[in-house]
Amino acid sequence: MKNIKIFTAFILVLFGANVIAASSNVKLESANTDISDYDSLKRGAKHFMNYCSGCHSIELMRYNRIGQDLGMSEDEVVSDLLYAGSKPGEKMKSAISTSASTKWFGGTPPDLSLTSRSRGVDWIYSYLKGFYPDAKRTFGVNNHVLANASMPDVLWSLRQSKSAEAFDQDVRDITNFLDYVGEPAKLVRVDLGIKVMLFLAVLLVLSYLLKKEYWKDVKYGKWKAK
Amino acid sequence: MDNNKNWIDQRFPLTKVWNEHLAEYYTPRNFNFWYFFGSLAILVLVIQLITGIFLTMHFKPEAGLAFDSVEYIMRDVDWGWLIRYMHSTGASAFFVVVYLHMYRALIYGSYKAPRELIWIIGMVIYIALMAEAFMGYVLPWGQMSYWGAQVIISLFGSVPVIGPDLLVWILGDYAVGDAALNRFFSLHVIAMPLILVVLVFLHIVALHTVGSNNPDGIEIKKNKDKNGIPKDGIPFHPYYSVKDIVGVVVFLMIFSAVIFFAPALNGYFLEHANFVEANPLKTPEHIAPLWYLTPFYSVLRAIPPMFGSQFPGVLAMFAALLIFFALPWLDRSKVKSIRYRSLPYKIALGIFVVSFVWLGYLGMQPVTPMNAFLARVFTATYFGFFILMPWFTSIGQTKPVPERLTGV
Repeated sequence: MKNIKIFTAFILVLFGANVIAASSNVKLESANTDISDYDSLKRGAKHFMNYCSGCHSIELMRYNRIGQDLGMSEDEVVSDLLYAGSKPGEKMKSAISTSASTKWFGGTPPDLSLTSRSRGVDWIYSYLKGFYPDAKRTFGVNNHVLANASMPDVLWSLRQSKSAEAFDQDVRDITNFLDYVGEPAKLVRVDLGIKVMLFLAVLLVLSYLLKKEYWKDVKYGKWKAK
Repeated sequence: MDNNKNWIDQRFPLTKVWNEHLAEYYTPRNFNFWYFFGSLAILVLVIQLITGIFLTMHFKPEAGLAFDSVEYIMRDVDWGWLIRYMHSTGASAFFVVVYLHMYRALIYGSYKAPRELIWIIGMVIYIALMAEAFMGYVLPWGQMSYWGAQVIISLFGSVPVIGPDLLVWILGDYAVGDAALNRFFSLHVIAMPLILVVLVFLHIVALHTVGSNNPDGIEIKKNKDKNGIPKDGIPFHPYYSVKDIVGVVVFLMIFSAVIFFAPALNGYFLEHANFVEANPLKTPEHIAPLWYLTPFYSVLRAIPPMFGSQFPGVLAMFAALLIFFALPWLDRSKVKSIRYRSLPYKIALGIFVVSFVWLGYLGMQPVTPMNAFLARVFTATYFGFFILMPWFTSIGQTKPVPERLTGV
């Protein structure tokens, strides 16, 4: 028993301390996203198509996969998400050409399929909210989270037309959508996990009772220490 | 049924094998918590083999396709995400159970005579497992796969005289690239698993020849009844098979909790930077191997370059690993178990465990003057444990060892 306690304490020390070296010293805001909120994901998808997808691809995603996962009909996918000319089964490429993006931003805007996994949702949320005016930069803005980012503040019209809370929700929706895009399986794995854990809990009780039954012998029967 | 059994037994020693290794394999009756990890290691090996077979069906070992093929498995292959998470979590789980299994050998003296060969085969398994895990980590072709491989493989380039040629021979190219990815894939899915399975088989054959050690470190074969059965022994099956099922279920609960609720485990099991495709032109700001290799990575970094060469550090790293082989002959104590060991041994083991964990922690951190200093101190205490072992195991007062097993 003592051994188990020491072992548990050891595991807690090992995994409790967050040892991932922070890449910058900026304090990130908590994104507070909820991937089970499908309305938020749908709003985020729409905002992503309106404000982000002009320059950023999410090439690991297909339009109709989003429809299937979020329970949207084919018509909804076509009207809400699709670019003119693309098909529901296509990969979600950006509208901008490489030559144009190189001319405007000095490079290709990154694909955002896995940004939620490499940077985390708090980073995306804080980054999108982190723009501030800076006359020295080409687009007149700079960013608290990613200094000298070459991206303009694409959400400025949303920011100006809404209350701070409503704008935060918009950013949260986009972040939530990108969290889903980074790992579509996240929609199902937690629910499945709870079922698996419940099954294993029952199995644990049964296997323990089985063990106890067999081990009666070891104390009292044939295999009792002679 | 009996007829069938006879038919098979005349052609294959089925009943004999069953009895010798399970139904009439007499095991000490007082195994505790620490004795679950051998059977769990076999379970994880099987999980890795089966999930690996299915991953191989969909993975593309080509530098231009590998990264996307892993994401294809995560997104488009039915249950692919589950299979991939089982495999990635299984890699870390393997080292968790193997480290606990090895620690068990340390505290109960399971490496001491007559079990030296079990320990040596086990150490070969451990090293093969490290090679297997390292090559597997390269396959998803993320930034950390690529740069981790770059750092580790470049170590071979520091070998005097033949280094540069050795490097090209290993990589099949002048840098980590498609050729390296292809051969690592081949070694990861064929060569190493085959070697591991054979080694595990040998490990168990050697174990069943001498019999299991126990928390008291007593040989149960010294006390037999008139039928030649150890008085403190119970048949492995059914007693330990049903007990191990409980261990398996508890393990599966922890394993599933990681897979379903935190598959990347905050970057410990799947590093954040590995979700960015390998880019030879962009070095990540912080390169670290996965947690199970970091104690040795720390030793490597702790040794400063000498004569303009990294080679001394590389030698120290391999020495830190290979010195484990000498353990059965460095330990001069007459008792096996920590329960009856002298105080100097207990203190030394404590220092060793602290050193190993700290080296592992430091291996994940960027090098700072303080970290470098600590890594050197713990490298010294790490080697000190082995080098001073003949001394501290022959001094101090050991407790009297009982004739028969205690507990249960």
